[in-house]
Amino acid sequence: MLSHIFLEPFRDEAVRHSLVAILALALSAGPVGVFLMLRRMSLVGDAMSHAILPGVAIGFLAAGLNVFAMTFGGLTAGLLIALLAGAVSRATALQEDASFAVFLLLSLALGVVIVTINGIDVEHLMEFLFGETAAKMNADKLLVIAINTTISTIALALVYRPLTLDCVDPGFLRSVSRAGGIAHLTFLGLLVLNLISGFHALGTLLGVGIIVIPAAVARFWTRDISAMIVLAMASALLAGVAGLLFAFHAGIPSGPAVTLVAGVLYVGSILFGRIGGLIWRLFPGRHLEA
Amino acid sequence: MSAQLNFRNLTLGYDRHPAVHHLDGAIELGSLTAVVGPNGAGKSTLFKGVVGAIKPLAGRIERHGVLPQEIAYLPQVAEIDRSFPINVYDMVAMGLWRRAGLFGGIGRKQRDTVEAAIATVGLTGFEDRAIGTLSGGQMQRMLFARLLLQDARVIVLDEPFNAIDAKSSADLLALVQHWHHEKRTVLAALHDLDLVRANFPQALLLARAPVAWGATADVLTADNIAKARRMCEAFDEQAEACVVAEGV
Repeated sequence: MLSHIFLEPFRDEAVRHSLVAILALALSAGPVGVFLMLRRMSLVGDAMSHAILPGVAIGFLAAGLNVFAMTFGGLTAGLLIALLAGAVSRATALQEDASFAVFLLLSLALGVVIVTINGIDVEHLMEFLFGETAAKMNADKLLVIAINTTISTIALALVYRPLTLDCVDPGFLRSVSRAGGIAHLTFLGLLVLNLISGFHALGTLLGVGIIVIPAAVARFWTRDISAMIVLAMASALLAGVAGLLFAFHAGIPSGPAVTLVAGVLYVGSILFGRIGGLIWRLFPGRHLEA
Repeated sequence: MSAQLNFRNLTLGYDRHPAVHHLDGAIELGSLTAVVGPNGAGKSTLFKGVVGAIKPLAGRIERHGVLPQEIAYLPQVAEIDRSFPINVYDMVAMGLWRRAGLFGGIGRKQRDTVEAAIATVGLTGFEDRAIGTLSGGQMQRMLFARLLLQDARVIVLDEPFNAIDAKSSADLLALVQHWHHEKRTVLAALHDLDLVRANFPQALLLARAPVAWGATADVLTADNIAKARRMCEAFDEQAEACVVAEGV
């Protein structure tokens, strides 16, 4: 019985691809999600996931169902939007969220124009939106995800210190160094990389889920940033693996399956989380001596 | 005595509107100077110019061998995200940035200096506390510990004792005087004139333009203070371009 649930799915090579991809994605997206949340940019991440769609569509139009062409298109669109929006908000008085909203709209509008002029198979695009059914993934996608997650993990380690400082005390970082701007732009680039990975694994609409939700889960359990990153990775791993099994056995797309399992972890954390969870708020216990 | 900072016909401001107008003068090496003036007199703007956060609209600042990013700066309102999950120890250790940089490790000796700085400001035992749990006075003590670690030759403090209790401000003032004894150059914006008279040998009375500058007793006279209040006129949206010749 247990082996039927946990081992049977992985006799299929395509499902093994999905498993490896989701493990790599969890380790790379968890920390990115934590910084996204701490910079109060979770919704920006959401918006960015839509901003890559026109690029993906252009890649699809140019080369058909080619993973690398769609990755290149999405990456170009995403990086362009991220860099432009990040640069505009740093160089002018416009706030980052407003700046992102503007560029996102422009990107979407441009995408719709391109798609309408050329005509596109909507059924294929629907598959991009929610990920592949029953957790089956081809080797090309796995390769792209492997490359993206490796770059992301290394680059995040390189900018970890200035990125943290830029979150907690940007004024101080500006007064001692110019690394803040570079760290911020690098981070936006990493966000795009992880969105592309999430898009290949879970579809564009829900790919951002494995970035944003595990971080929100981790926030309920610790006040320390290192522990928060580890917890975010762990909950992304758990949601990823459990979600794939769910998708396989129920025959549903992996995007909603992984996102729903992450959602269960989130609801559990809201209720039982040690830091600000509902149960602890309602029944805090007697106050302490000092 | 030689100068640490020279202001040469310095005009600083925002969107072409000057907040500090045609300032000329020198901050001596190792001096302890209070910058005094009404709200809107340009004290914070002058400090932002000194640390290189804003560029002069005209004129220049000479820093004599100190880069803007080597100046330790305590802004009036720090942009600290107090909900960020970081503890007091890590926050103070940021003061080592110029030595540790992006990847440099923090060794045994540097950990000792962090502990020592935390002890100096009286926060021993608070190392593992999240910064969001600190009171206003404790927060300011923590920022002073970080300034200590920056080990800067020039230290700029923008209203460092605002809204903190008497004990905390006395402790932090002692630190400022210690820096003065160590021959560091210290600039501080202050509103408490009695505190300035008692502790700061030099004073600059600013009201967009300098009203008086020199030994504190000569600067903080009733006449000068009244003059500063009159001079601090309102920002004029329709102001004409200033015609005072450049390089005077």
